[in-house]
Amino acid sequence: MKLLRELFFPLVAVLAAFVLGGIFVWLIGDNPFETYRLLIGSAFSWPDGIGYTLFYATPLIFTGLAVAVAFRCGLLNIGAEGQLYVAAFATAWVGIKFGGTVVDVFGTPVNYSWMTLPGVVLVPLAILTAIVVGAAWGAIPGVLKARFGSHEVINTIMLNFIAIALVSYFTQYHFKQAGDPILQTVPIGAGVHLPRLGSFVPGLPTRIPLNLAFVFALLACVLVYIFLWRTKWGYAIRATGANPTAAEYGGISTGKQIVLAMAVSGGLAGMVGINEVLGYRYRYYDGFSAGYGFTGIAVALLGRNHPLGVLLSALLFGMLIRGGIFVDAFSGKVSKDLVEVLQAIVILFVACEALFRGSFGKFGLLKRSKV
Amino acid sequence: MSEIFTIALIFSTIRTATPLLLAALGGLYSERAGVINIALEGLMLAGAFTAAAVTHYVGNPWVGLVAGIGAGVAVAAIHAVACIRFNADQVVSGTAINILMTGVPAMLSGALFLSSGSTPQIPKDNLIPWTPVVLALLLVFVTWYVLYRTPFGLRLRAVGENPEAADAAGVNVNRIRYSGVLLSGALAAIGGAYLSIGQSSLFTRNMTSGRGFIALAALILGKWRPVQTMLACLLFGLTEAISIQMQGVFKPYGEEIPVQFIIVVPYVLTIIVLAGFIGLSRAPRALGVPYQKER
Repeated sequence: MKLLRELFFPLVAVLAAFVLGGIFVWLIGDNPFETYRLLIGSAFSWPDGIGYTLFYATPLIFTGLAVAVAFRCGLLNIGAEGQLYVAAFATAWVGIKFGGTVVDVFGTPVNYSWMTLPGVVLVPLAILTAIVVGAAWGAIPGVLKARFGSHEVINTIMLNFIAIALVSYFTQYHFKQAGDPILQTVPIGAGVHLPRLGSFVPGLPTRIPLNLAFVFALLACVLVYIFLWRTKWGYAIRATGANPTAAEYGGISTGKQIVLAMAVSGGLAGMVGINEVLGYRYRYYDGFSAGYGFTGIAVALLGRNHPLGVLLSALLFGMLIRGGIFVDAFSGKVSKDLVEVLQAIVILFVACEALFRGSFGKFGLLKRSKV
Repeated sequence: MSEIFTIALIFSTIRTATPLLLAALGGLYSERAGVINIALEGLMLAGAFTAAAVTHYVGNPWVGLVAGIGAGVAVAAIHAVACIRFNADQVVSGTAINILMTGVPAMLSGALFLSSGSTPQIPKDNLIPWTPVVLALLLVFVTWYVLYRTPFGLRLRAVGENPEAADAAGVNVNRIRYSGVLLSGALAAIGGAYLSIGQSSLFTRNMTSGRGFIALAALILGKWRPVQTMLACLLFGLTEAISIQMQGVFKPYGEEIPVQFIIVVPYVLTIIVLAGFIGLSRAPRALGVPYQKER
């Protein structure tokens, strides 16, 4: 019954978004049913549909968890976008500097690397870098809030822009291969590549970029659950989020919890770099994130800031991203931007929970989520 | 150095500061009334797209501008209803508006003009000239006057600082907040329209590229006051103007300064100011707090 109650409201929000989105599609002169068939129908085929859906869901699981952990502490982390950018770049930096990257520039080999570490050392090092750098970038607004009381929302927005400028500078001026028309770094060493799941799963071709990072994402869901509900740190974070004054009287240093929650949140967002750099592109590609950090907000809200909910809604949005490509290709007037519109409507409906409580609340189906 | 600091730079600064100033003044009305408005970016996009699309069809930029304002107000109304009527988290709602406004114009232009996210070119004669620049500067003083010298301004500030007291004094808190948010939609939309049918001649996908957030930063740097906000906008306009002029010109040490270092200035400044290192920037006390009348 409790599960039903938790599922009911997000389902209503998604349904409402699809109805409104359908009306919008109809208004601009296309067939909503055909559009939705393209959008959703393409996600279930094996291996491509499912493989790509899971691949697109991977970064969203990380950013959804990131936003959810901060939410549980009463913080809104709009900075996952910046955190994942600095982390992804740092991961690529480790992969280049310690991965033995030598590239050919106009006929002469140029050595970008300091040394070539073996994979057993380098892969964990690169993964750790993604987490630690993301955590550090996330901790900045945490410290600013705990120490100076400045609002994390504004600071994370500002840090997003700073992060994007910073990594774009390093990419452009220090790690771009001369003559490369694309703003991207030189490739990381072959020893740091994460294996694609196609190497283990029969029937799944390795051309589908779904990789080991997806398994890490599932693990992260479990670890976040354990962290939040089975450790004293998680308890302190949730207590701070529920009622900071009471938590303070209960002997919890709320300032420390804010920094900790933001660091954990940033670390989770940073793990996007593992999927992107080590598992997919094997280099840092400037501006790679299609708003993963912002979609993470929708994922967390829809998933009611619970790891299981985050996983389910990340799969939903992964499916929509996959389907959006088909909408773009095969539909007359509708573009893949429909996915963004649907995502925005879902956020609006979830944010306006009172809208539903007003009409359904008296039946006791819904109660306010404790965020 | 002299290659950069010229009369042209001053004009360029004022031009680039104008959309920021319009959006920031819009944000001021909303935030002084107690409603956080990180939707400024989306509101600007709504104005920019609608103004460009309507001007393309009608051939008259003034009709386009009015339509843009209408679109800005309509989108702001979504934010207002979510925040005021349904007590939605104001930051979450604003984020949703921003995502919505990257999607909707792209979808519409795809359907109307069969392009992915941009409108057709508008002939040069059909662009609005310098009017928004003058309007923006005038609005600074109008806003100052309204805020500090009219009953509406007093109510607006009261509702943002202490809604309970304002309510007890007979002010309709939510009505004032609605006006504040809708006004922000109108002003931000003018700022957006100036980008699409003033400074350039078409709408392109995400053409505001973060200006809504810079406007918000200017509002914070300006401590939610009109004249200070204008100064902050001019400062941010200057950084943008320098970064435009500098590309390939400015080489004090024999190499160009990366443009990224200049772009970052407004953001770093905002963080420093928000932390209280350069005077305290204090938000309206009831900012972000929904008001529920006791029954």
